Amino acid sequence: MRSFEYARPETEAEALELLAEHGGNTAVLAGGTDLMNLLKRDVIQPARLVDIKHVSSWKGIKPQDGGVLIGANTTLDEINEHALSADYRSLIDVIEGIRAIQITANGTLAGDLCQLPHCWYFRNGYGLLAMQDGESLVATGDNRYHAILGNSGPAKFVSASRFAPPTIAWDAKVRLVTQAPSAGEGVATTSVKEEWLPLEYFFQTPKTNSQGVTVLKPGQLITHVWLPNASDTRSATYEVLELCGLDQPQASAACCLGIDGGIVRSAKIVLGHVAPTPWIAHEAAKWLVGQPLTADIAETAGRMALAKAMPLSHNDYKVQMAETAVKRALLKATNQLDEVL
Amino acid sequence: MATELKVAWGPRKDNVYLGKEITRLDGVEKASGAAKYAADANPKGCLFAKVLSFKGGAGKVKSLDLSEALKVPGVKAVHAFVKEGDELQWDGALVAAVAAERQEQAEDGVRAIKFMFDAMEHFVDEDDLKGAEAAKRTKAPSERSKGDVDAALKSAAVVHKGHYGIATISHMCLETHGSCTRWEDGKLIVNHSTQNVSGTPANFVSELQKQHNISVDAADVTVLCQFVGGGFGSKFAADDWGVAAAKMSKEAGRPVRLMLDRATELKIAGTRPSGFVDVTIAADKDGKIVAWDSHHWGSNGGMKGGNFNVAQMPYVFGFDNLKVKGTGIMTNSGPDRAWRAPPHPQLCALTDTAIDDIAAKLGKSAVDVFLANIDKTPEKLQATYVAEIKRAAELIGWAKKWHPHGKGGDGDIKRGLGMALHTWGGRAHAGTCTVRINPDGSVESLSGTQDIGTGTRTAIAMVLAETFGITLDAVKVRYGSSVYPRSGPSGGSTTIGGVSGPNRRAAISALGKLFDVVAEKHKVDGNSLTAKGGKIWSGTKEICTWKAGCGLLGMMGIETTGEGPKDDGLTSEQVGGVQMADVSVDTKTGIVRINQFVAVQDCGLIVDLLTAKSQVYGGLIMGIAYSLTEEQILDNKTGRYINADLENYKLPRIGDIGELIVEMYQPDSEYERGVIGLGEPPVIACGAAISNAVANATGVRVPTIPLTAKRVSDALKAAKA
Repeated sequence: MRSFEYARPETEAEALELLAEHGGNTAVLAGGTDLMNLLKRDVIQPARLVDIKHVSSWKGIKPQDGGVLIGANTTLDEINEHALSADYRSLIDVIEGIRAIQITANGTLAGDLCQLPHCWYFRNGYGLLAMQDGESLVATGDNRYHAILGNSGPAKFVSASRFAPPTIAWDAKVRLVTQAPSAGEGVATTSVKEEWLPLEYFFQTPKTNSQGVTVLKPGQLITHVWLPNASDTRSATYEVLELCGLDQPQASAACCLGIDGGIVRSAKIVLGHVAPTPWIAHEAAKWLVGQPLTADIAETAGRMALAKAMPLSHNDYKVQMAETAVKRALLKATNQLDEVL
Repeated sequence: MATELKVAWGPRKDNVYLGKEITRLDGVEKASGAAKYAADANPKGCLFAKVLSFKGGAGKVKSLDLSEALKVPGVKAVHAFVKEGDELQWDGALVAAVAAERQEQAEDGVRAIKFMFDAMEHFVDEDDLKGAEAAKRTKAPSERSKGDVDAALKSAAVVHKGHYGIATISHMCLETHGSCTRWEDGKLIVNHSTQNVSGTPANFVSELQKQHNISVDAADVTVLCQFVGGGFGSKFAADDWGVAAAKMSKEAGRPVRLMLDRATELKIAGTRPSGFVDVTIAADKDGKIVAWDSHHWGSNGGMKGGNFNVAQMPYVFGFDNLKVKGTGIMTNSGPDRAWRAPPHPQLCALTDTAIDDIAAKLGKSAVDVFLANIDKTPEKLQATYVAEIKRAAELIGWAKKWHPHGKGGDGDIKRGLGMALHTWGGRAHAGTCTVRINPDGSVESLSGTQDIGTGTRTAIAMVLAETFGITLDAVKVRYGSSVYPRSGPSGGSTTIGGVSGPNRRAAISALGKLFDVVAEKHKVDGNSLTAKGGKIWSGTKEICTWKAGCGLLGMMGIETTGEGPKDDGLTSEQVGGVQMADVSVDTKTGIVRINQFVAVQDCGLIVDLLTAKSQVYGGLIMGIAYSLTEEQILDNKTGRYINADLENYKLPRIGDIGELIVEMYQPDSEYERGVIGLGEPPVIACGAAISNAVANATGVRVPTIPLTAKRVSDALKAAKA
């Protein structure tokens, strides 16, 4: 890989200052589980890596505002083992599905949310949108792992995040920070500009190679993820994994359900790995409300979630796969899922 | 009278080591990291080389300028594999190499190279025979026939037409291909990751002369390889990159280590070719196959247009009425190299699937139909096949679990059974060795063989310990250097016979000489002597300890040589083998999981039962890989090998393996056959057995292996339409 500067801040302010330099051509090193792949393959060329693992205020899990606040430096294993996480079943489902100790011991929730697409054209150096001579390589090439929803524009990759579907289903918010403009001329102090954003607005579908897959601007990062109170909510994630070990899901679905008297009172369903962003199935969720959650109802919800699917030339198979993920996530959340492979 | 010992294996019941489960002698070295591979070689002053490889389907070199690379800090040598006007015919083709003080400097050097090419037309769809014909990418087909297929089809009870396929896979050695080369006083020393220690020096000599006009005598080239991280048929040669390392090493006056990066390894270090076939197969009402008519095609990459011989299809079964046609197609993909049992996994996947489908059409169990046709297999294997099929069926519970195709359950998850069978030669390769008995009682074996991970070192020690009646730790096995007596390349399951035969012969010869000395000293008949339990006996009378006997030898001890193969019964050839799979299929996602996988395997006299079983386990795991997810994916659009990384070149994880049940078929009749190689056979039948189990579960044939979620889903959808 290319040479880069390595910086190891210990405070938020230091980290933001280090990230803002080099015109923001810096990369955040948290778990590094995917960053190293990107560097080795020369897909990204940051001038500096800012190792945030030693910023102590970004670590740990604690109760906040009736919900739970997870620091960006908290590893997946730490989340899995923490008592406060246990109610967020759909997140634990994903951690358990990773089945790779290297990822769970080092990887972080915020790092996953910021993952770049695994599209093989992108990773082989054809750019985020994989355009060549004005033509989409994905549209005319091997698109078996690509998007079946939200793919009418130039972006046809699928969102890589495994935790976005469950965290969006939980109506999570993320704390984004960046370095604020300095207070006055000649004043060397840095201050922090903070905003809280609902996670579902964090992701975007780029229209050009220079636009990102999230709203993050150069020098900006997620420091915390906040999850609302989990009481009275059932959740689950179902990921379709071809391998019984480290593997990218080919489709996934997460749901949060409020059920009272056997009737669905609230529902949110989010699909992963089917579109350039996590895909919220608004209509299917709305339709569920007021109904009992039976296997037939779950199956119909799955079909509704994929009703607008527009498969590419080689990925028609993903439609049924994603429908099945929705159905099984709903059944899993209500303890009705029979044994599956 | 000189002692005359018969060259043979001893009675089975007397064996102390042979046929027992002995843990490999280098296990701790390997598990602890003490074992040093070519990829670990780091002699003083070593430079590290990286390659620039072609990124496209096909192209012609427009310009190549390495001068900027030489200016990069740390870069000490560069090498161009191609020149202006050369054609690059596949993704990953080598363009240039850079050697530098540090690996990242070599990468900087590679990035500084100015390389331009004009894109050329590419064709990479190996399944697309019509497209290949239209693009003039086919070679003239070859054909053979026997009997009267048309008449047999007319009189048959059932006729089935099917399409089957098996995708190309790449060699995936944990240690990539490469070497560490250095010149000392005009002599070349190579730490080489190889299956061919004795044969590679001459290859370095001829290629250095041919490619770079560098002269060196074969006597001045030493190839070293104590450990190799996988080869599977792909590591027999010096290779262009090894030769380039030697050249750069000479230029820089420094050692150079060049190991291929993972992507380049996948693209150019050898593939197992694809195979596709259209078959018409017919049977009578009892399941006896009466006709076979097939046309197979595929690509072995490298623009060679090769394909397996029509004489090899159908696999194992010599039906009475046959028509076989084969067409090779030329694709822009890296060339093939022998891949474990070439090309039997493909032949089996294209034959035993069709037999399974005709069985299904008859409503019969595959076991019954395979048994009904055993008379069409080689005569010497028929009894073995019958016994192995019966035993495998018992182990997997075939009679209890079997159901007709498509009756695998009512829910989303269906379960099914499949079987397949195979054969392989496994004759000993040519090899020599030296065996020494030292005056202190220690024993040495020296040979220019290699242990490719299969337990060669352990097997040699066992043979000598058994022959001399001593413990394993008294035997020192020296191998992995081309200065030792020449031994054959480890390919084609030839090594176990290639080392056990010569070592046994040399050891028996040495033992005879020792007995001569002992007999003279103790006034007994040398022919009455035996060596057992660390002692030398005359009949039941203890004469002396092994050590005391050796102490009579004087300073020189005894040194003998052994050769092979010979027709003295120590080794022989040709095995069978039967495999059965029990799988579950998620019909809503297309995902296949292995529940149980049974292998019953014969291999003559087993030297080490533990490493023999390990071979079979390893074969099944590789087989499960290429049956479920492992494949080379060439993108039609760009011509690129688009999944040349360990994320998308999907190898099974531990959880994907299921329960493996391995049983070695070893009646006394097998022991009497002598030693036969085992490396290849267990990887052959996996594809067909698993594909057949999926067809049994779902009632739908997924035509092409590997049975990815996409392929299974697509096949199920097509069957519904």
